[in-house]
Amino acid sequence: MLRRWLKANALLAPTGLWLGFFLIAPLVVVVEFSFATRHTGIARAVLPWTVQAYRTALDPAFLPIFGRTLLYAGATTAACLLLGFPLAWFIARYGGRYRTALLAAVLIPFWSSYLARIYAWKALLDGEGLVNTVLGWVGLDRDGGFLLSDGAVVLGLTYGFLPFMVLPLYVACERFDVRLVEASYDLGHGRVSTFFRVVLPGVMSGVLAGSLLVLVPAAGDFVTPRLLGGVEQSTFGSVIDDQFRGGNNWPLGSAMAVLLLVLVVFLLVVRGRRGEDVL
Amino acid sequence: MNRRPWVLGAVVCLVFLFLYAPIAWLAIASFNSSRSLSRISGFSLQWYAELADDTRVFASLQLTLQLALASAVISTVIGTLAAFGLRRAFPGRGLWTVLLSLPLVVPEVVMGVAMLGFFVKLAGVPLGFGALLFAHVAFSLSFVVVVVRSRVSGMDVRLEEAAADLGASPFVAFRTVTLPLVAPAVAAGAAFAFLLSFDDVVISSYLTGVGSTTLPVFVYAQASKRGISPEIVALSTLMVAATALLLIIGVGIASWRARRSGSAAKLAL
Repeated sequence: MLRRWLKANALLAPTGLWLGFFLIAPLVVVVEFSFATRHTGIARAVLPWTVQAYRTALDPAFLPIFGRTLLYAGATTAACLLLGFPLAWFIARYGGRYRTALLAAVLIPFWSSYLARIYAWKALLDGEGLVNTVLGWVGLDRDGGFLLSDGAVVLGLTYGFLPFMVLPLYVACERFDVRLVEASYDLGHGRVSTFFRVVLPGVMSGVLAGSLLVLVPAAGDFVTPRLLGGVEQSTFGSVIDDQFRGGNNWPLGSAMAVLLLVLVVFLLVVRGRRGEDVL
Repeated sequence: MNRRPWVLGAVVCLVFLFLYAPIAWLAIASFNSSRSLSRISGFSLQWYAELADDTRVFASLQLTLQLALASAVISTVIGTLAAFGLRRAFPGRGLWTVLLSLPLVVPEVVMGVAMLGFFVKLAGVPLGFGALLFAHVAFSLSFVVVVVRSRVSGMDVRLEEAAADLGASPFVAFRTVTLPLVAPAVAAGAAFAFLLSFDDVVISSYLTGVGSTTLPVFVYAQASKRGISPEIVALSTLMVAATALLLIIGVGIASWRARRSGSAAKLAL
C-alpha cells in the first residue's frame, strides 16, 4: 500500500511541483493582493490589511455587471448543452468507425485563430453581413445587423466553448448503455419521460463536467464581450482586466478574481464526486 | 428500435453548419479583393502576398511556434506521467484530481492576472519567453492528463501482466505493450497542448515582454486598434487548411493500418 502510494506520488510529483509554483502560488498572491490597501509601482501589496476591496466589489453599482456576466455564462452553458448533446449522442451512437473523424471535425474549426473566428462572426452579423442579407430575403433583417447585442455575445461565447462541452458529453454518451432506453420503452415510458428519467441521469456526469468547463471560463471571458458586445457590455472578466491592465486598482481586481475563484470552488464542491472520472 | 435517426441527423448537420460557417466565410474573405470582411467584391491573392512579405507576423509566428512546441513537449511528458500516477486508487487521489481540475475551470483572466502578479512580484522571472512557457505548461497540463488518463484507465491491466508472465522485463513490457496502447491518447494530448498554447490570447497578453509578442497577442493588439487585417484572415485560413489536411492524413493512415492488421490495431485506436 505504501509502495503504491509512493509510486503514484512520484509520478505525480513533476505535475504537482509545476502547478504548485506556477498556478497555486500565483493564486495565493492574488488572495494576498485582494486584502491589500493599494499596490506600489513594483506591485508589492501595501499594508494594512483591509477588506475595502471586497466592499467595493460587492457594491450595488457592480450589480448590473454581475447580472450580465451570469446571464452570458448561463445562456452560453445552456446553448452549448442544447447544441452539444445531440452532437455527442449522434457521434457516440451512430458514428461507427467514423467516430474519431467526426470528433476531429468538431475540433478543426478551433485550429484557426480565436480572434479570427470572433471577427468572422463580426463580419457575418454585421449590417451588411451574410446573416442580415439572408434574413432580409424573408424580411427579418435588422438595421445595423445583430452586432453589439447580448445575443451576439452569447453566440460568440457558445461558438468558442462548444468543444469543451462536446468532449466530456461524448465520453458520457459513449459509456451509456443504450439498452436502458429500449428497456424503458418496453416498460411503457414515452420518449420524453425516457429522456428525463433514463438518458439524462445516465449522462449526468458528462453534463456536469461540460457545464463546469463552460460556465466559469465563460464568466471570465472578456475578449468576446468586448469585440461582439462593445464597450458598454462590461462583464466580470473585463472589469478585472481593466483593474490590472490599466494598473488602476490591483486590490479591487484581485478581490473580484477571488470572487470568481470562490464560485469555482463552490461549483466543484456542489459537483462532488459525480463526473470526476469524466473530467 | 434503431430506426434511422433522421431528426437527430438533421440537427447534427445544423450544428456542423454552425461550426463551419464562420470558417468557410473566413476562407472566402481571405481571397477578397477589398479589405472588408463582410462584403466580397472580387477575387485576389493580395492578402496572401502581403502575408508572405510581413516580417513582423513571421517573427511572432516563429516565437509562437517555438513556445507551443516547448510547452507541448513539457506538458505531454509530465502530464503522461501524472496520468499513470492516477491509474490506481491511493489515499489522496481525490485531492490530486481537484488540483488538476483547477486549470480547466479557473477563468483565464484570473490565471493571467495571478501570474502577472506573481512573476512581477517575484521579479526574478522577467516577462517574456520564460514566463510564457511556465504559464502555458501550467494551463495545458491538465488537458493532457485528462486525455491520457481516459485511455490509461480504460486499459486492460491483464495485457501487461501477460507480457510480464511471458518473460518481458518491466521496461520491455512498457515499451511493447503499454506505450503502443496509450500512444494515440498521448498524441491527442500533445496536439491539445500545442493548440492551447498556440491560440492563447488572454494569459499571454499579461506576460509578453518587449520583443516577445506571440502571434495571438500581436493580432489582438492590432485588431483592437483598427480591426482585424485580411492578412491574419489569410493566415488563419492556411492554418485551418493545414490542420484539416494533417487530420485527414492521420485518420487515413490509422484506418489503413487498422484494415491491414485487423483487430490488434483497432485496440490501439
